[in-house]
Amino acid sequence: MYSQGLQDAKGGQEPEGLLKAFQKRIDNEEKIEPRDWMPEAYRKTLIRQMSQHAHSEIVGQLPEGNWITRAPTLKRKMILLAKVQDEAGHGLYIYSATETLGISRDEMTRQLLSGEAKYSSIFNYPTPSWADMGAIGWLVDGAAIMNQVPLCRASYGPYARSMVRICKEESFHQRQGYDIMTVLARGSRAQKKMAQDALNRFWWPALMMFGPSDKDSTHSAQSMQWKIKRFSNDDLRQKFIDATVPQAEHLGLTIPDKDLKWNEERGHYDFGEIDWQEFIQVIKGNGPCNKQRLAARQKAHDEGEWVRKAAEIYQQNQQDTV
Amino acid sequence: MKKAIKHYLLRLADSSLTQSQRLAEWCGHGPFLEEDIALTNVALDLLGHAKLFYEQAAEISEQDVSADDLAFLRDVDQFRNPILTELPRGDFAYTTLKQYFFDQFNVLLYAELMNSQYQPLAEIAEKALKESRYHLTRSRDWCLRLSLSTAEAKQKIQSALDDLYFYTPELFETDDQLKQLLADNVMPDMQALKQQWQQQVDQLLQQCQLQAPTSGWLATGGLRGEHSEYLGYMLADMQFLQRAYPGCEW
Repeated sequence: MYSQGLQDAKGGQEPEGLLKAFQKRIDNEEKIEPRDWMPEAYRKTLIRQMSQHAHSEIVGQLPEGNWITRAPTLKRKMILLAKVQDEAGHGLYIYSATETLGISRDEMTRQLLSGEAKYSSIFNYPTPSWADMGAIGWLVDGAAIMNQVPLCRASYGPYARSMVRICKEESFHQRQGYDIMTVLARGSRAQKKMAQDALNRFWWPALMMFGPSDKDSTHSAQSMQWKIKRFSNDDLRQKFIDATVPQAEHLGLTIPDKDLKWNEERGHYDFGEIDWQEFIQVIKGNGPCNKQRLAARQKAHDEGEWVRKAAEIYQQNQQDTV
Repeated sequence: MKKAIKHYLLRLADSSLTQSQRLAEWCGHGPFLEEDIALTNVALDLLGHAKLFYEQAAEISEQDVSADDLAFLRDVDQFRNPILTELPRGDFAYTTLKQYFFDQFNVLLYAELMNSQYQPLAEIAEKALKESRYHLTRSRDWCLRLSLSTAEAKQKIQSALDDLYFYTPELFETDDQLKQLLADNVMPDMQALKQQWQQQVDQLLQQCQLQAPTSGWLATGGLRGEHSEYLGYMLADMQFLQRAYPGCEW
């Protein structure tokens, strides 16, 4: 999945020469590796963005995990189970990549559970219907791909490399979501209604995944300069809308935006105003499922404590006897 | 004989499906990330086995049914799994021990079924055996880890053993139809299998320094469609969409 809300990080008192050499490497498209010198602000920015990304994968297991036991066919159940497992794998992958920056997974977990670290706002929306599995794959993973493909070229080597593999899997996730939507949209009247309803609920939150509008985004310039970020939030959002509208038309579903229309002159779709108040509220913790999502993570963490402890002690005992 | 084979394929399919369904409840809720992934992996493998058994059962069925019809449109009294696999997921110790009993059973069973005179079953068993061996290594290791580490973990797995032990003899239950399949060399002698299984289990329990309970309710009935109260809730959950929107494509 995807991370958002990258904050600006100010550089400290670091030698001018090192800073310049660093920027030159970035400008030359060289990859920065864990043992290389890097500005503290670069490190902090990456830790924040990458851990948010990893947390998003882990919390992102929950809304879809909600339908694993109720998936309607054996095939759908297998695909969904494999997909949610992929998300866990992405989380593991990105946590490991983040650890190369000098933070432990335990510390990142603590930050998630305490609310200090954020995760993507999209996972704070509920999944009351099976069609939400389609909408999430199609729209949420679709938006994630738009965001993540440029990250395959991010300047930090371990992040960029993890993204290459993750993007391949996300592309499969997007296709399976669209496939669910296709079957529903061509199905019974009740199924089509289910699909439309899921699109209605997930459309705007999906657009919010790209983060605040460029005019309100304080952090983008530095991340662009460091080549952690390559396109602006608004550009990516526009690209997503342009790609998705024809897909909705193909399904015979209606995008819930009365201002949506093709602008010949711009060569893009115009679209309505995003409710940024809603976005801010969800980021602040006041979304429909924020409490449930964190509570579920906390519960798994608490209930797993004795298991982790047992594994650790057992391993120690084994080493002692060798 | 076809009827007996279908009956047995459903026994195998229902066992793997219900076991998988419980394991899948862990997805997103595991004790740590690597284990979350591992539990889901096993759930996926078992779901794959169930699908193969159901497909074969559907193929030889006299009615026009699909694998999905068999999984999603039968009621409790038509399910053939042993009660063990429908029991709730419980805590991690409970899940682990239940999985170990099941894995140990499957490894022995599939090794025998590879020699089945009924070729489709032999082929599925060959594939399932490879994965089940890996499952067994994992669940066995976890039994050791939980038993020989902290007092808390030891107490939890001992408690799981007390609860689960008398559900295991049902794995080996047979009926007249299965006896016919034994005579026709379609399936192995379950009493011989039980001895091997018991030997393996006793050995591990000893290694784990765990005590099997001496008395409890001896589970029985799954093969006849007589189940615990848990299965109805599992099916209500699992079959919800197919029941609420009959006749749809998904």
